[in-house]
Amino acid sequence: METLLQQTVNGLVVGSVYALVALGYTMVYGILGLINFAHGDVLMIGALVALEAIRLIQLYAPDLGLIPTLLGGLGVSVIVCMALGYTIERTAYRRLRNAPRLAPLITAIGVSFLLQTLAMIIWGRNYHTFPQLVSTTPLEPVAGVFITPVQIAILVVSATLMVALLLLVNKTRLGRAMRATAENHKVASLMGVDTNKIIAATFIIGSALAAVAGVMFSSNYGIAHYAMGFMPGLKAFTAAVLGGIGNLGGAMLGGLLLGLVESIGAGYIEDMSFGFLNSSYQDIFAFVILGIVLIFRPTGLLGERVADRA
Amino acid sequence: MNQLALAIPWLGKRNPAAARWVVIALALAAPLIAVLFGKTWVRILDFAMLYVMLAIGLNLVVGFAGLLDLGYIAFYAVGAYTFAFLASPHFDIHLPFWLVLPAGAGFAALAGIILGLPTLRLRGDYLAIVTLGFGEIVRIFLNNLNHPINITNGPQGINMVDPLVLFGWDISQGLQIGESFKINSLFLYYYVFLAFVVLSIILVQRLQISRIGRAWAAIRDDELAAKAIGINTRNMKLLAFSLGATFGGVSGGLFAAFQGFVSPESFSLMESIAVLTMIVFGGMGNLAGVIVGALALTALPEILRYVAVPVQQALFDRVILDPEVLRMLLLSLAMIFMMLLRPSGLIPAYSRYSRPELVVGKESSGEAAK
Amino acid sequence: MKHTLVALAVLGLGASAVHAQEVVKLGTAAPLTGTQSHLGKDIENGVRLAIEEYNAKGVTLGGKKVKFEVQAEDDQADPKTATTVAQRLVDSGVKGVIGHLNSGASIPASRIYNEGGIPQVSPASTNPKLTQQNFKATFRTIANDVQQGLAIGKYAATKLGTKIALIDDRTAYGQGLADEVEKAVKASGGKLVAREFTSDKATDFLSILTRIKAQNPEVIVYSGMDTQAGPMLKQIKQLGLNVKFITGDGACTGEVIKLAGDAITGNTFCTQPGLPLDKMPGGKNFNERFKKRFNADVQIYAPYSYDATSAIIEAMKAANSSDPAKYAASIAKVNFPGVIGTVAFDAKGDIKDGAVTVYQFKAGKWETAN
Repeated sequence: METLLQQTVNGLVVGSVYALVALGYTMVYGILGLINFAHGDVLMIGALVALEAIRLIQLYAPDLGLIPTLLGGLGVSVIVCMALGYTIERTAYRRLRNAPRLAPLITAIGVSFLLQTLAMIIWGRNYHTFPQLVSTTPLEPVAGVFITPVQIAILVVSATLMVALLLLVNKTRLGRAMRATAENHKVASLMGVDTNKIIAATFIIGSALAAVAGVMFSSNYGIAHYAMGFMPGLKAFTAAVLGGIGNLGGAMLGGLLLGLVESIGAGYIEDMSFGFLNSSYQDIFAFVILGIVLIFRPTGLLGERVADRA
Repeated sequence: MNQLALAIPWLGKRNPAAARWVVIALALAAPLIAVLFGKTWVRILDFAMLYVMLAIGLNLVVGFAGLLDLGYIAFYAVGAYTFAFLASPHFDIHLPFWLVLPAGAGFAALAGIILGLPTLRLRGDYLAIVTLGFGEIVRIFLNNLNHPINITNGPQGINMVDPLVLFGWDISQGLQIGESFKINSLFLYYYVFLAFVVLSIILVQRLQISRIGRAWAAIRDDELAAKAIGINTRNMKLLAFSLGATFGGVSGGLFAAFQGFVSPESFSLMESIAVLTMIVFGGMGNLAGVIVGALALTALPEILRYVAVPVQQALFDRVILDPEVLRMLLLSLAMIFMMLLRPSGLIPAYSRYSRPELVVGKESSGEAAK
Repeated sequence: MKHTLVALAVLGLGASAVHAQEVVKLGTAAPLTGTQSHLGKDIENGVRLAIEEYNAKGVTLGGKKVKFEVQAEDDQADPKTATTVAQRLVDSGVKGVIGHLNSGASIPASRIYNEGGIPQVSPASTNPKLTQQNFKATFRTIANDVQQGLAIGKYAATKLGTKIALIDDRTAYGQGLADEVEKAVKASGGKLVAREFTSDKATDFLSILTRIKAQNPEVIVYSGMDTQAGPMLKQIKQLGLNVKFITGDGACTGEVIKLAGDAITGNTFCTQPGLPLDKMPGGKNFNERFKKRFNADVQIYAPYSYDATSAIIEAMKAANSSDPAKYAASIAKVNFPGVIGTVAFDAKGDIKDGAVTVYQFKAGKWETAN
């Protein structure tokens, strides 16, 4: 029982990082119908930029205190990633907006590898130690379950951001314009919405969330490196599809569910498959779920019908 | 062949017949020219031939039928492992290659159908992600199926795979002519691979102008319209998938025999992407472009190593960007800029039935339907 | 970095510098670019030092004075590149090869050296398979994973605790080593309470560690690289797991100390094939010569590549010839005091009595454990 509870906590923490990243995928997909392959790599850039900023802050303002330092690093990284998201949209995707399906997808794969290569050139191939500004020492166990302050912070921050995003999309003018653009570009622009601006805003918001996710990811595991974005990116995409791509609530639900499935799955797969499979198949869960959802319920858990759009 | 000939600048358009002979002569003489720079280059040519075959197969799926497959390397893996299972000391089975290679092709085709049946009704980008997942699943299974029963030998891979034996003659031993003259096995492998490539080209060219090829083009350009004029889109897509997979399977089998060693790390996602870049770079839907793309990008890392390293050392006294990083950089830039600036690739298709501008071009009928 | 320029100059002039004495080229191959380049360079420098010292002393073979030269190649730690590089070394007529670093590169390359009739002595590849291919002239100067696995398993089971959990990263290295550890644990009376798996790209180990925790082990053995071992140590602490932790040479580095931060304690152990430099019979002296020549510290492998080079040259001296066909058989018979101890090979080509040292984390660094 203790083990199951612990696995649940592990899963929720990983899942909320997936959820934050999934939001970025789902927003872009909802509006452009494009899988932004490079989104996971924005997370990586976010983590590495934050690392660099924190190093600088520690060098020039060593007395700043842990939390302000972290927030400083986070701030810099969010701003850089927003700019990056805007640049990617403007240079690589905008020209292909009316091109057939394959072109933007291939470009997106290209952008993803380009970001990884650039990071490799700037930061090298080594793993970097990410400063431990929020403690990773576990608190007193509750019901035998260990949880660390950084994990609690991750849960709280992602929940807050998700609520904020929901409010933004559902209650503000910008949100209404975003929803209108997602519904139909042409009609939205006829109604006076500057769709170019809205699409850029979507990329900027998504990238900011990815930057936060990157910093949380690195604070939790204490590492950052050039290829760290790929797997979380892929899994977050799966989460977005699982929840129903284009649907914000779905992305959150999908992220949490995927985290739980992975964690509990890896913990119990050996017993469930009578010893035939084991934890070496942990990375398969996401792909299998993705396949099953797309084949049997392409709209995801909460999605509307979007499968034959385009 | 004709397309390749026409692609030769100047001569191609003026005198297609002469250009054709130039291509044939080049293909035959390539290893003899390469060996002037060392046998290493002959080995690279051998690998290039394998990639050409992969690219031809993937082009069938992506370029002709318009289905983006990001897990294509899985079929290559199926072919390679089939060969390794049936012709190596691993299970102590040593079947001749003319049985093993078709078996590998068959299993790859089967894998193509198994993957295709449930997924082919998905739209382009969903299909891309599912195939990517499929590729990874295949790799993960190959990496782990040594427990509880040892099937694939896990991450250790399978070593000592049998070489190609043609009519009782082991080509990895080379060919002894007279007392003093010996043809190295690398050359023999080249000509064997070349024969397979030529066969594939002929097959694919025939296919392209056949009813099937036209049906694929129709599906790629507008699936709805294709359905409306009575094309069985599902079967046609499945056919494209399994035929493409077959090429992957054959190429994989040849790879296993040539390298003598297969392990899961040879079949990573990066390899799928590399093959995709070859066809994007060369020109999707166009055989000549695909072949040139495959040749160019196989040679690229070697050229970088010869050029980039000494140049950097001379300029900066140290290597700032190692060849692998440069290769990644060039590949990713190629993918982005090819799509933005020259979506039809280095050698655009011009034939009546291959119009890649409809796959990746500016205007599309698909978008209008939205 | 200046000596790379010198090296280039030597390579460039090598062909034209025809002296009265005969030039004998030896090849070395290791990753000279990428994450492991410092280790590759270490190997190359060991070879250079050996060759320069032999040249200074003067070696006469078959009545002719010979001069040794090095041809260093970069295999990028990649299996396919390794075969290309191996081909290049064979092409350029080297008489023997010292390399490669990674087993994944050494094994496919060894096939090419074997076909070319060139002896290969690896200073760093520890996979047992390398010397189990029945190639006559494949040797290594470092203890293999069987010996290391045995040492880890025995140390864990007899000194650290009897309830042992084993994790590997599903790479050829990690899985191979883990299988040996498992055998050794059982043979030494330990009990394997859990065997879990991760990947060489993973960062989250909480679910497998939680599962392990339920079995209450006293020791966790991790068979994989430092990039996973570091974060894993952190997560062990996060889960409040109070265990001893031991790894093989892949995680016996400074990197793991950096990555684990405050989670690494005196309960952390690791093993390294061979003796620590200061315990090697010729270690202290070697270190001084090495530092003086290259102005760099010995990383790990330089003594092994130095001795590998010596083994090849000693065998040439014994056979009184640099012709691989003549001297290859003598390598199996060498027996001389090297830097690492007595250099002599067993029937397979592994170093005899390959030592393995256990280290313990003490006061910020790895110290020899007792």
